[in-house]
Amino acid sequence: MTAIDVNIEAVEPRGTKPKKVLSNRNIMVYGVLIVAAIYYLIPLYVMIMTSVKGMPEIRMGNIFSPPVEITFEPWVKAWAHACTGLNCDGLSRGFWNSVMITVPSTIISILIASVNGYALANWKFKGANVFFTILIFGAFIPYQVLIYPIVLLLSQIGLYTKLAGLVIVHTVFGMPILTLLFRNYFISLPEELFKAARVDGAAFWGIFIKIMLPMSLPIFVVAIILQVTGIWNDFLFGVIYTKPANYPITVQLNNIVNSVQGVKEYNVNMAATMLTAIVPLVVYFVSGKLFVRGIAAGAVKG
Amino acid sequence: MNKSIEVKDLDLAFGSVKVLKKLNIDIFEGEFLVLLGPSGCGKSTLLNCLAGLLDITDGQIFIDGKNVTWAEPKDRGIGMVFQSYALYPQMTVKGNLSFGLKNQKVSKEEIAKRIAYAADILQIEDLLDRKPAALSGGQRQRVAIGRALVREANVFLFDEPLSNLDAKLRAELRVELKRLHNRLGNTMVYVTHDQIEALTLADRIAIMRSGIIQQLDDPHTIYNKPTNLFVAGFIGSPSMNFLKGEITDGGKAFKFGNTTMSLDGYDGGKLTDGTAILGVRPEYTTVDTTGIAGKTLEAVVDLDEPMGSDSLLWLTAEGQAMSVRIKAEDIVDKKTVVHLKFDMTKASLFDVNTEQRI
Ligand SMILES: Nc1ncnc2c1ncn2[C@@H]1O[C@H](COP(=O)(O)OP(=O)(O)OP(=O)(O)O)[C@@H](O)[C@H]1O
Ligand SMILES: [Mg+2]
Repeated sequence: MTAIDVNIEAVEPRGTKPKKVLSNRNIMVYGVLIVAAIYYLIPLYVMIMTSVKGMPEIRMGNIFSPPVEITFEPWVKAWAHACTGLNCDGLSRGFWNSVMITVPSTIISILIASVNGYALANWKFKGANVFFTILIFGAFIPYQVLIYPIVLLLSQIGLYTKLAGLVIVHTVFGMPILTLLFRNYFISLPEELFKAARVDGAAFWGIFIKIMLPMSLPIFVVAIILQVTGIWNDFLFGVIYTKPANYPITVQLNNIVNSVQGVKEYNVNMAATMLTAIVPLVVYFVSGKLFVRGIAAGAVKG
Repeated sequence: MNKSIEVKDLDLAFGSVKVLKKLNIDIFEGEFLVLLGPSGCGKSTLLNCLAGLLDITDGQIFIDGKNVTWAEPKDRGIGMVFQSYALYPQMTVKGNLSFGLKNQKVSKEEIAKRIAYAADILQIEDLLDRKPAALSGGQRQRVAIGRALVREANVFLFDEPLSNLDAKLRAELRVELKRLHNRLGNTMVYVTHDQIEALTLADRIAIMRSGIIQQLDDPHTIYNKPTNLFVAGFIGSPSMNFLKGEITDGGKAFKFGNTTMSLDGYDGGKLTDGTAILGVRPEYTTVDTTGIAGKTLEAVVDLDEPMGSDSLLWLTAEGQAMSVRIKAEDIVDKKTVVHLKFDMTKASLFDVNTEQRI
């Protein structure tokens, strides 16, 4: 009897449909993913390995072999002693410059753009559409056209080569895309919430702070990722609008790697590159989690 | 009776699209007025104008005798309930109810008192500390009504508040709303496109079509004496049967095809001979197996639709499809020939050209 029962169960479909682990689809998907991951991970592997080897070991030539003797000397040197032209205080100065550029630029640009986006989405004023079109158009103007006028402008107000000047430049250049981002997000929120808040007597700022902001965590995370990575990775504006003492980390890295004196210290260069990349990496890892949580919190209907 | 809301020559246009045209309406204190009309006719737009959520193009709005044409929504003494509930998702029910009061700088004790009152009326005491996401549709709708309630407004505006709920809950909340209105006695303006809701709730119904009010009357009049062909066809399910024929015999009879029916008892204006449209409701028509040739309308049964409490009979008379409501137990076989008699006291005649009721 039991044998027959088992047999019937095997034939009669019932309950969850069994899935083949090695289906063609899975092989395709995982195959492509694995190849892509290897493609990106091999350079990273080489960089990390090289950065913890001593120069004699590197000269032996095998870039894939793990270090025989692990040393963190290159990291220390990259951070504190590597030379760029006359200065020999490593990346640290550039790192702190970049922090002082990125933090205020990110905060100011997001603050302004979120209010802009909110006003454009919910408080349709006369000429709002014209204003919005101009703003979007601004996103398509090639940077090269603006570089020299901005140099003049900044020297007029005495901020050329200063960190504050670069902060202004980043804030302004981030405005079109961020405003678009926030406007589109606020437009997607139910209009009736906004109307209900108006009937409830909240005004422009009250609605923004008490109703809109608590629902906007995901878009703020997206904006922060965009701005922090974008500004941290910026090279062009950094090299144009500041002087050597104020160079951001990317420019500093370039100068270390391309310095012509002495031998090429591959391990120091690799370590310096890793140090430069740390901030965007951390942002991706941390905010990735926050991002998912933010979306989950924002998805609550009501 | 005092006027609660007065709308004078209201125009509203979105750019070049005129949505409301020279709209005039007076709503009395304590009245339950329903705005009814097909989708896109401007019901929500009118409500938003009353609430002050849309800037009007021309005209004036008075609430409680005060000209509020330029007033902010919060200063109009209104409470509003939206179709999607529009509860603030990050606040608890209590937070939702108190948000407006806090903005008005109402004292803490007063807020607590009003919330307790609203929660008691709407039976949401147990839900006060929950977030909207943790509520069912019906509970959310109650909280949304509560938010209007705590404002102690004289005028409540509802924009299709029940249309997101399932049929059973809708019927329940409909009764509750009616009770609430009886208890509070304030003015309510209610938008819907559900005619059952309109007929059951309203003191008066305003039927709208492309931004113009077609008829503003109590449900009984709207149902029995629709002012024009549009209203007649819009109200009632299934729709009124329209027979195009001729008034003859000095206004005493109506000739449809080969049948001449007596118009005895018709309740309307003076009838003159000529082409007209006779509108008869499926429920004011009787079906007989026998009749008088040429005097009662002969029809062939096509289909029988049982609805539980009664049945709907679909027939063809003189080449035209018609429907008649009959008792559930009166079973009529397909293809049989029957005779129809219309209750002329409940019928309507419409001018062919103006489409107005005669
Ligand atoms: N912001 C707007 N811009 C342009 N046209 C609009 C706007 N809002 C509404 N309309 C138009 O105004 C008309 C009336 O819209 P309204 O929302 O008042 O309809 P409604 O009667 O409430 O319909 P429904 O029953 O579907 O809710 C529609 O034709 C609509 O397309
Ligand atoms: Mg509507």
